[in-house]
Amino acid sequence: MRLKTGGLIDRGTALRFRFDGHDYTGFRGDTLASALLANDIRVVGRSFKYHRPRGVFSAGSEEPNALVTIGRGAGAEPNVRATMQELRADLEARPQNCWPSLHWDLLEVNDWASRFIGAGFYYKTFMWPRKFWEWVYEPAIRRAAGLGALSGAHNPDRYEKAYAHCDLLVIGAGPAGLMAALTAAEAGADVILADEDALPGGRLNGERATLDGGAGSDWAAAAVARLRAMPNVRVMARTTVTGVYDQGTFGALERVGHHLDDRPRGLPLECFWRIAAKRAVLAAGAIERPVAFAGNDRPGVMLAGAVRTYLNRYGVAPGRRVAVFGNTDEAHRTAADLVAAGVHVTALIDARPDARSTLSVPFYPGGVVTGAEGRLGLESVRFEAGGRSQGVMADCLAVSGGWNPNVHLTCHLNGRPVWDDGIAAFVPAPGAVPGLIPCGAAAGVFSTAGCLADGARAAAEALGGLGLTAPDLPQPEAEDAPYRIRALWAVPGKRRAWLDLQNDVTVKDVRGAAQENFRSVEHMKRYTTQGMAPDQGKTSNLAALAVLADATGRGIAQTGTTTYRPPYTPVAIAAMGAGAQGKGFAPERRTTSDQASRKRGAPMIEAGLWYRPSYFPKGGERTWRESCDREVGWVRNAVGVTDVSTLGKIDIQGPDAGAFLDFVYTGTFSTLKPGRVRYGIMLREDGHVMDDGTTACLGEGHYLMTTTTAAAGPVMRHLEFVAQVLRPELDVQMVSVTEQWAQFAVAGPGSRDFLNGVLDAPMAEGDFPFMACGEVSVMGVQGRLFRISFSGEHAYEIAVPARYGDALFRALVTRAEGMGGGAYGMEALNVLRLEKGLLTHAEMHGRVTCHDLGLSGLMSSRKDYIGRAAAARPGLVDPERERLVALHPVGIEKRLLPGAHLFAHDAPAVREAAEGYVTSACHSPTLGHPIALGFLKSGPERLGETLRMVDHLRGVETWCVVRPLCSYDPKGERTRG
Amino acid sequence: MRLSCPICGERDRREFHYGGAALERPAPEAGAAAWDAYLHLRENPAGRSRELWYHESGCTAWLVVERDTVTHEIHGVTLAAGGR
Repeated sequence: MRLKTGGLIDRGTALRFRFDGHDYTGFRGDTLASALLANDIRVVGRSFKYHRPRGVFSAGSEEPNALVTIGRGAGAEPNVRATMQELRADLEARPQNCWPSLHWDLLEVNDWASRFIGAGFYYKTFMWPRKFWEWVYEPAIRRAAGLGALSGAHNPDRYEKAYAHCDLLVIGAGPAGLMAALTAAEAGADVILADEDALPGGRLNGERATLDGGAGSDWAAAAVARLRAMPNVRVMARTTVTGVYDQGTFGALERVGHHLDDRPRGLPLECFWRIAAKRAVLAAGAIERPVAFAGNDRPGVMLAGAVRTYLNRYGVAPGRRVAVFGNTDEAHRTAADLVAAGVHVTALIDARPDARSTLSVPFYPGGVVTGAEGRLGLESVRFEAGGRSQGVMADCLAVSGGWNPNVHLTCHLNGRPVWDDGIAAFVPAPGAVPGLIPCGAAAGVFSTAGCLADGARAAAEALGGLGLTAPDLPQPEAEDAPYRIRALWAVPGKRRAWLDLQNDVTVKDVRGAAQENFRSVEHMKRYTTQGMAPDQGKTSNLAALAVLADATGRGIAQTGTTTYRPPYTPVAIAAMGAGAQGKGFAPERRTTSDQASRKRGAPMIEAGLWYRPSYFPKGGERTWRESCDREVGWVRNAVGVTDVSTLGKIDIQGPDAGAFLDFVYTGTFSTLKPGRVRYGIMLREDGHVMDDGTTACLGEGHYLMTTTTAAAGPVMRHLEFVAQVLRPELDVQMVSVTEQWAQFAVAGPGSRDFLNGVLDAPMAEGDFPFMACGEVSVMGVQGRLFRISFSGEHAYEIAVPARYGDALFRALVTRAEGMGGGAYGMEALNVLRLEKGLLTHAEMHGRVTCHDLGLSGLMSSRKDYIGRAAAARPGLVDPERERLVALHPVGIEKRLLPGAHLFAHDAPAVREAAEGYVTSACHSPTLGHPIALGFLKSGPERLGETLRMVDHLRGVETWCVVRPLCSYDPKGERTRG
Repeated sequence: MRLSCPICGERDRREFHYGGAALERPAPEAGAAAWDAYLHLRENPAGRSRELWYHESGCTAWLVVERDTVTHEIHGVTLAAGGR
C-alpha cells in the first residue's frame, strides 16, 4: 500500500509497468519491488525446490525471493532481483519457476511431498539403474527445480568493459563511506566512490534518524553533490564492487542501462570495471539476518530494515497490519517507524526478556514467533511469550535477527573473518586484504555516529599510506545508540523453518546433514546446497552455521564459515567478456592483398589471426581442387604470385648479431655474407624443433629473419629471452617488422623474366643466384628481393613497405595473368611444398627433432646453441625413432589421409603395432596421384616398403609405399636453375 | 595482479607473459644431470619464488620477479638483462 506522503520517490512522475500479465503504476524512484508492494502484490515468485509462494523479503541485493525475468525475446534477462531493478516506463516483468500460473502451480505437489525430499534425497534415491541418471532423473529434476531460464538466443544487448585507476577506492556510500570519501577528497586524493544503489546514502535513505537535525537522506544527497562537484572524485552509483584481486585490483559491475526508459543506441546495458586502487576503504555496510521459525518463508515475512526502507524511502507500507519480531532495538525502531507512518502494529515481539518499550503497541518481551500462517500470503502469526502461545493477525511480519557486517570482500584473498561475541557476528580479520581498510557497519560499528567517525578514521589511515594528511572535517550530530543483541538463530519447533529461502534449505536439512556426519561447514553446504544459490546465502549462511554449530556441539567460531569467493553479486558473463562476442573474440589480421584477394572471389581461411586466400576460383571450376590444381600448374609451368607477408619478419642488428644467430639457430650464420640467405632450424632448449625459416644478411651486422606464420610471436619472445636473459653480454637489438613489409612470392620457370619486367633495373645474367638477396627498385619504390623458394621452382620473394603492398599485388597478379599464370592460394602453396617435401608445423609439431626431420646436417658441432645439449640425449637420436618420409599410394584405392596411422603390411591395426602416422596429404596434380608426408619408425631406412594406412576415425584403410622425402625434382635443378 | 615494470611502471598482469622459474642455464658440457634439472625439475615453493616475466604488450623487457606464492606479495621486479 502506498502511503499518502513521504519517501524519496518522485510522485510527479508515474510509470506504468507490467507484472505477470497485469498493468500497474509506480513512481520514478521506485524499485520493481517497492512498486509491487505499493500495488499490494505479495506473491512474486515460486521457490526453487518446493514451489512455495514467495514474496519480497529484502530491499537490497541480498534478495533471495523476488527474482523475476525482465523483458521478452532474446534480450530477456532471468533472475533479476526486483529489489535492484529500478522502475522505468513500460517495464515488463514475469514471475519464474511456476506453471501454469503464479497462484496455481502444479509442482506445488513437491511441497506436499517435502517430508520425503529433504536434503540428500536425490543422492539416495536416484542411484539406479545407473544410466537413468543422465537421461531420465537429471533432466526431470532440472525441469522441476530452478529459477529463471535464458532465452537460448544470442544476446542482442551491448556490454562494455573499462579500466580505472585511483588513489583511494571507497566501497559503499553510506555514512561511513561518504565520510571517508569526503575526508580523502578534501585531502586532494584521487577518489572513486562506488555504491551499489542508484541513490547513494546507504541506510541514511532508509531511516528516519537525523543528521545535524535534518533528514539523513538530505545530508547524504548534499555530501554526494559536494563530491560530484570535486574534480578529483568520481562517484559511481549503481556500481557493485564484486571482487578483490592482487595488488589493489578490484572488479566492479556498473548497471548502466537497466534503469533507462529509452536506452540510447550504443549505450551498454552493463559495464564491468577493473579498478586499480592504491588504497581502498570498505564501507559496504551490513546485511540484516532473519530468524528461522515455522513458515517463515510466507509472503509478507520480511526483514525489519527492509520494512523501514519501504516506509521511509519509497513511501510504501508492506502491510496494513504489521507484527514486528526481533532481538535488538531494530525491532523497536521498526515499530516506531510503522506507527509514525500510520500503520497498525499488531504486536512487537522482542526475544530479549529484559527489553523495554515506550511505544503504545502490544509489546511482548521475551517472546518468540513460533509460526506464520497463510497460503498465498501471511495472515496470522503465532508466538510464545510469558509461557503462553498466542496468535495475532498480521499481513506482514518484520523480522530482525541482527546484522552481519559485509565481510565478503575482505575474504577474497583467502582471509577468514573473526567471530565477535559482542555483536554475535563475524567481522573482518585485521589486514585481511593489504591496503583495504574496513570501517563502519562492515567492521561491526552499528550506530550512525560511530559509522561517521569510523569512516573518517579509515580515510585518515588510507591517506597516511598515500603520504597525504587528513583534514579535520566537522562530523555531523547523529544517533549513537548502543547495539544490544541476544543471539537468536532458529526458534525450536517441529515444522519446517527456512534458512536459505533461495535454495529451499530448512533447519531440518542442516540438522540432518550433521546427523549424517556432514559436520564440516563445507560438507554441510554441499550436502544441503545451503548458500549455493545466486544470492550465495547472504541472508542465511550465518544462521545455517549456527544451527550446524548447535547440532555438532561446537561454537560458531570453531565451526567457521564457508569460503567467500568473487563475485559478491552475480555478474553476467556478457559483462565480464564484453567485446569478445562473435568477431570480437579474436582480432583479425589482414594482409595488404586482402581486398584484392577477396575481390577475386578467394575464400579466406584463418591462419592464426591472419586471413589468407585459400584459392582463387575461375569461371567453370566446380570444386576447390580444380582451382588448386590449376594454380599448381601455373607455378610449375609459368609463374604464380602469392602473398607471404604473414610470415614473421624480425630485423636483427648489432655487432654481435651473427654470434646471436649462431646461438639461436642450429646452423652457423655468422659466416653468412651480405647479400646471402640461409635456411635455419631453431630448437627449444629441450632439443626439439621450435621453428624453421630463412635469415638474410642485409649488411654487416644486419640480418632479417623470417619465421613461420604461426610461430612469429613465440619466436620473437624467444629471441628477446635469449638476448636479455641468456646472453645479455651480446650487443644485439631486434624488432618485429612483420607488418612493416608486404612480401610476395613470385614462383615458376617464368619468374625471372616476369620480375625483370617489374624491376626498374632488370637483373643481369648471374645476378641473384639461388639464396641471394639484395635491394631493388620496383616501380620507383625501394624494395628487397630474395631468391628463395618454398615451391621447388625458380622463385623469388619481393618485399616493399606495406603501404605499397596492395598496389604491387594487383600489378603482379595482372602481369602474371598476362604470362599464363596468376595468383595462387594456400591450397596450392601446400601442394607445392608437399611435392618438395618441405616442412610446416604439421611436421614441426613440437615433438620432433632435427634427426626426425632428416636435418641432422644442419646441426653444427663447432658451437653451443639452444637445444644442443638436450638434442644429444640418446633417446632423441635413436635411429628407431619415427622419422619423416614421403608416402605414395599403391593398390586400387589411392587415398592418403592426414591423421591416419601406419602399420607394417602384415601387422594388426592396433595401437601397439602402430609404426607411425601421416602428417599432411594432398593430391599432387604434378604426379597425378595423392602424396603425403608422415613419420615412420626408421623411416628413411625403409624406402620401398609397403605399409597399411588405417584411418580409424574415418574408417579408411589403404596401402602406401615409403618414398624419399622429396617427390619432385629431387636434385633441385629447377630451384637453382 | 599488477607488476611494476622498471621501465614502464605499474601495469596489469595481462600485459605480461609468464616465463617460468628464473634459473641459470648450465654450461654446454655440464652433464646430463644438470641439464635434466634445468629442463625438467622445478621447485614448487609455498613462499618466495624467483620468476621470469616478459612485458610482451609493453617494452618487451624480460623481468625477474620475486614474489610470494602464498601472499602474492611482490618483493621486487628487476630487468633480467641487468644494466644492459
